[in-house]
Amino acid sequence: MSTCKFQLSRRRFLTTTAAIAAASGSLAMPSVLRAAGAPVKLGVLHPVSGALSYSGTQGRLGATMAIEEINAAGGIKSLGGAKIDAVLGDARSTPEGGTAEVEKMNSDGVACIVGGYASNICLATTQAAARYDLPYVVDVGVADGIVTRGLKNTFRFGPGFGVIAKTALDNLVKINDAAGKVAKTVMIVHEDSLFGSGLAKLLNAQLPSKGFQVLETVSHPTPNRDFNTIVLKIKAQNPDIVIPADYYNEYVLLARTMLQQHVRPKAIYSVLGGAASSYKFVKEFPDAAKGIMDCNHWFNPHSDKALALKKKVEAKGQFFTYEVYLNYSCVGLVADALERAASADRAKITAALASSTWSGHIMPYGPTKFVNGQNEGAAPCNTQVQDNDIKVILPAEFANGKAIFPMKA
Amino acid sequence: MCHPPLPASILVVLSPAIIIPAILNGLLTGAVYALVALGLTLVYGVLHIINFAHGALLTAAMFAAFFAYQFGIDPYVAIFLLAPAFFAVGYALQRLVIGPAAHGDDRNMLLVTLGIAVIIENALLYAFRADTRTIDVPYAFQSIDFGFTFVAVPRLVGFAAVFAVALVLWLIMTFTDTGKAIRAVAKEKVGAELAGIDVAHVYAVTFGLGTACVAIAACLLVPTYYVNPSAGNAFVLVAFTIVVLGGMGSVPGALIGGLVIGVVESLSSLFFGDSLGQVGIFLIFIAMLLVRPSGLFGARA
Repeated sequence: MSTCKFQLSRRRFLTTTAAIAAASGSLAMPSVLRAAGAPVKLGVLHPVSGALSYSGTQGRLGATMAIEEINAAGGIKSLGGAKIDAVLGDARSTPEGGTAEVEKMNSDGVACIVGGYASNICLATTQAAARYDLPYVVDVGVADGIVTRGLKNTFRFGPGFGVIAKTALDNLVKINDAAGKVAKTVMIVHEDSLFGSGLAKLLNAQLPSKGFQVLETVSHPTPNRDFNTIVLKIKAQNPDIVIPADYYNEYVLLARTMLQQHVRPKAIYSVLGGAASSYKFVKEFPDAAKGIMDCNHWFNPHSDKALALKKKVEAKGQFFTYEVYLNYSCVGLVADALERAASADRAKITAALASSTWSGHIMPYGPTKFVNGQNEGAAPCNTQVQDNDIKVILPAEFANGKAIFPMKA
Repeated sequence: MCHPPLPASILVVLSPAIIIPAILNGLLTGAVYALVALGLTLVYGVLHIINFAHGALLTAAMFAAFFAYQFGIDPYVAIFLLAPAFFAVGYALQRLVIGPAAHGDDRNMLLVTLGIAVIIENALLYAFRADTRTIDVPYAFQSIDFGFTFVAVPRLVGFAAVFAVALVLWLIMTFTDTGKAIRAVAKEKVGAELAGIDVAHVYAVTFGLGTACVAIAACLLVPTYYVNPSAGNAFVLVAFTIVVLGGMGSVPGALIGGLVIGVVESLSSLFFGDSLGQVGIFLIFIAMLLVRPSGLFGARA
């Protein structure tokens, strides 16, 4: 809060100085601004109200923490130590809300926007920003359509759905092979909106060719009051692996009901699982979460910077969720582009982002390289809940644990 | 090697090893639905309004039970604190807000309850954000082995508690003066008023009883369910169906209706999947309205 106030008064101070400078002659103006290190406005756009407000608030936290750190470390040096001035926006959990906020940020004169969170919001906001050639860094939004529309202003630092699903399947085979192919049958439980149904369809198409038989695919609405019937079905089918494709609440209810009904398959394995790699779930229901594997966004557990950030976020009483570190990273990416562009000009920032090779991040990614706006270096991690903690089990170079598979009954 | 998956899953679904536990599960779930419906039907039976604030009050009660647990009060113990507290809340709401705002026209009450629902839900959202909260009671994962299935202890406790509440409610309605007054007002409002019954007081007591039912339901739900500002709504739509099925204003109707709906939901989600599980409920709802609009136990209008 205090930094916010400080920046507000600073902005007011600068406008006054600029006005005086303008009055005293146009020649003097640039030098005055330069001496003051005119702040660069950065749009920070998240759904902080409505259905997605938890994720949105976490995302905003990550972005503002990164901005605070960059400003405290002396701002953008190539711009004379210019500070980054966050322009916070609320997408109200809808694409329309996000678009309206982009319009507002554009007229506010932001140099770049970070955020969006949900795929449907990102699809709308990137397009709205494209009309103004306003560079936009997508924080999460995994839908592949976001970066395949040829929008020059749109960049996604994290991996998209296609890459995550492919990695998840490859790693499932890898884990199963390493254990001597003990698992042969799979049951899929998914929520019936775009995310769950799309994933279930993909899994049904891909799993048989990888040597797994899909015994049954069960769908349910969100919210779902009761998972007992579904767990009864799982019990009767007795699959080796259960794959849930659910949002947080339903994921937790399913895992709890499975524990209650003593249903313990060889593995619970999920792709972008709503709760599978969530510290909140592990803390609140360690027994239900035990052994669950997931392929999801994750930070590099060997990065000291990542661990320091985790500590800082936890000191604020918040969980270190993927929204936090993805947004933190996206702001770092923009700051690096600003540094190299040495300008707050939108076209120059876009060019600097497109040619980015940023490596100072906290993610388990290869070298940053944007192709059509997608960071080709981005990759998900496989995690598993072990010893009341979440360990990375794959890829090997970032792992801090070994897969426990099959799970002990 | 690759078996066609459909026949296998049909065989599984038809075996008694899964149907019997599914019916049992439906009864256990249905009991809690019945308790939510009980409060709704009581208010309808006497005030002749549909209480749209029912879901929001359930959510508020779930938050209360959640925070009671944070202070070390077990949800089942909290019933004895929250039921009287929410009775008072319900009484005050009807006496001080809904009643006066209705200006003598019952239809206005309906709109006022809708307004209260909006206020409660958004106040909760403002105060607690959209976060999902859960409590971890030590017995949450305990289950009893019946040989053919496991039954979670909290669900059995819930089942028993619902019947206890229904019994207490029945005793109140049958043997106490207040109960008699409530029934008198439900039957003939003007007549009751002429006989010296304080109708405003009876209305408020009824609303309080309905709200107390919701508080008890919340305490029974919290050990196995989650709390967030819209958690209660998931139960209220079903409760409306139960009220219609059992007969508007009928206490035994709500109880039986709840159990029936629970079993129907469980079986239809077994056969058609959970996405279509709700269809069974609403088919019954529509069929009931067509064939017997007064419901199973409802008095014919």
